Amino acid sequence: MTPKKLSIIAFSGDFDKLTAAFTLATGAAATGYHVNIFFTFWGLDAIKCKRGRSPVGSGLLPRVFGILMGGLRVAPLSRFNFCGIGPKIFRSLMKKRNVATLEQLVEAACQLGIHLYACEMAMNVLGLKREDFIPEIRDVIGVPTFLALSEGGQTLFI
Amino acid sequence: MTTNHLDITRDHCPMTFVKVKIALDKLHPGDTLRVLLTAGEPLENIPRSAAEQGYTILSVSEKSPGVHLVEIQK
Repeated sequence: MTPKKLSIIAFSGDFDKLTAAFTLATGAAATGYHVNIFFTFWGLDAIKCKRGRSPVGSGLLPRVFGILMGGLRVAPLSRFNFCGIGPKIFRSLMKKRNVATLEQLVEAACQLGIHLYACEMAMNVLGLKREDFIPEIRDVIGVPTFLALSEGGQTLFI
Repeated sequence: MTTNHLDITRDHCPMTFVKVKIALDKLHPGDTLRVLLTAGEPLENIPRSAAEQGYTILSVSEKSPGVHLVEIQK
């Protein structure tokens, strides 16, 4: 039997939207789905090796973006960010209520063998290289490859 | 053949499913995983998705009000 398939386009680098993307991805993978996540634009922040604010990227503007956007640890909330206090409150609530944190979900995604892909075009714009990302990234791909990978399954844009 | 135990009564979605899946992946043919879980989403979906992935559900029994034991064999 062909496994069910879920493909997620992770566009947002927001803490809450990434949490939603990784919750859906890990839940699907754990219940037998083949899962692909295609990280593009701000979504690429989720898979950077450096999780804090760091001048990652080649060129002045990409480095400034790297510092402003940062990585997973400094991902902002899409609402009520309050200069970075919002995500800290969320993380604290999640730990208190025994709900997986974003970092735990990313780790689970890697353990479950979810296929992670980085967008070639967004990487070029932001001056990022493959070495800037976690080693679990399966490949750097473009739109035609993503469409071929997601064919026959469900696709979500987050 | 070994029997492994997993308690996910304090976990929430998606970690309930994630922990079971990772534990199931570690089993060898003939091994059993005994999962203690709560009623509702985990009880409805863990036996179903394990069966869909080719595992055998040996038993489902209520251990205490709202807490169930599911035995899954590879």
